[in-house]
Amino acid sequence: MLKRITCTVCPLSCEVVLEIGENGEILSLTGNKCARGKTYATKEHTAPERTLTTTVKIKGGVHPLLPVRTDQPIPKGKLREAMLATADLVVEAPVKMGDVVVENFLDLGVNLIASRDLDRVE
Amino acid sequence: MRKLEVDVAIIGGGPAGLAAALAAHDQGAAEVLIIERNHELGGILQQCIHHGFGLHRFKAELTGPEYAQRFINELKDTDIKVLLETMVLEVTKDRTIYAVNSREGMLEISAKAIVLAMGCRERTRGALRIPGKRPAGIFSAGTAQRYMNIDGYIPGRKAVILGSGDIGLIMARRLTLEGAKVEAVVEILPYAAGLARNVVQCLEDFDIPLHLESTVTEIHGDDRLEAVTIAKVDENWRPIPGTEQKIECDTLLLSVGLIPENELSSGAGVELDPVTNGPKVDDTLMTSIPGVFACGNVLHVHDLVDNVSKEAERAGAFAAQYALDKLPAPPRRIKVEAGENIRYVVPHEISLERPVEFFMRVQRPEADVYLDLGGLRRVKKPFVRPSEMLDITLSVEQLSKLEGDTLRVRIVSGKEAGVDA
Repeated sequence: MLKRITCTVCPLSCEVVLEIGENGEILSLTGNKCARGKTYATKEHTAPERTLTTTVKIKGGVHPLLPVRTDQPIPKGKLREAMLATADLVVEAPVKMGDVVVENFLDLGVNLIASRDLDRVE
Repeated sequence: MRKLEVDVAIIGGGPAGLAAALAAHDQGAAEVLIIERNHELGGILQQCIHHGFGLHRFKAELTGPEYAQRFINELKDTDIKVLLETMVLEVTKDRTIYAVNSREGMLEISAKAIVLAMGCRERTRGALRIPGKRPAGIFSAGTAQRYMNIDGYIPGRKAVILGSGDIGLIMARRLTLEGAKVEAVVEILPYAAGLARNVVQCLEDFDIPLHLESTVTEIHGDDRLEAVTIAKVDENWRPIPGTEQKIECDTLLLSVGLIPENELSSGAGVELDPVTNGPKVDDTLMTSIPGVFACGNVLHVHDLVDNVSKEAERAGAFAAQYALDKLPAPPRRIKVEAGENIRYVVPHEISLERPVEFFMRVQRPEADVYLDLGGLRRVKKPFVRPSEMLDITLSVEQLSKLEGDTLRVRIVSGKEAGVDA
């Protein structure tokens, strides 16, 4: 089976073509113009990851929402579960950028952190 | 009316204004003032909660709010003054600013130098002349982004996005993550306008269809949007009969371009470039009015905030020098001209007194070409696209070889360049 992956490392956006064996193993990899393309496409095939950025509710803040992010990428397949897990979260203002909102988020070994300072409304 | 006197007044507290203020302060301007209409600094970055900002400047992938926060934190350690919730009404040729806020009423601010950093706004449905009804549910992508990321409202449940620029792509992902269904992203060009990375991570990740060479031809619905008709277009962007397709949706987002916000600039008499819709500037980012500088998206629409910060730092530093009487008028002025396949170049005029960083965009995509700056420097480009701003610097030494009073910037093919591209 052939699988096409657009490399997103640089703006060249090489289309990397992977030949995938029956057990998901990579038989060949072509189309990349540099070594980073190979690393990216291999990772994207075997264990794709994404950084989740979203918002959570905040009480007493100058805005009703606090932007948050995972401090490291998480498995792509976990994005939906992660969104559901943030749906009911409520934090209390004030918050500083980098404050941990959830430690060891979804047992993934990453933290959910605040993206900005958010003051308490006077 | 309260009267203030400052060295450098900066209009706008977004990424451009923040960087300009810090640079003006570093350059020794004693009184630096930022005037911002919102209740907080950071500008549009505060609603851009996705990551990917700051790769060049901070060598890190920050979210918009994080990028802004770094500058805001830096500002807190200075004596730069900030007037929030203050709207500038008028700027005059002699650098007087009239502003208003609900605490103090009318303000008259006399500035030795002014930096215009008002940013840009979105093109709307009116600019596209999409036929059909006028129901609720049609938003510019940035408005929807604000509703979702700052105010906490989802604009709808079933969306179509017109325009595949980065904001449109980012919103496709954002809507999907929040539980809405994005039925289609529709793009009039034969290729996605945004970064490949966003096409992958915002559309392909969620199986959102991208319709190229297509546009919205009709809006359906009375009170609320019920559906849109999309159709393929020919090479003149005219809809092709028989290719229409009706898509049910309650929301249409428009991500169809940005317009520098220059009402204040033109009111002051600043000369504008009809291509960029921003001021014409020289190599100090000074506009046609002495002592009035411009930077960021009010000057020309950027792709990367990193470039905005860099440009704004120069504008802020030169504004401070002007305010301190350390920026004499140059002996020579060289016109910069947009040549083959160049849509525009900023700055519009240079002096040969200092190195110049040029920002430019091409008119159409080309591969294996050279970017040529008046024969003084030629850089190989594997490809050029209108959506990706080009950025190149000429040193004083390179500039010293210029003959004549025009610098022509153009794209040349490998053949013409006499080298294998």
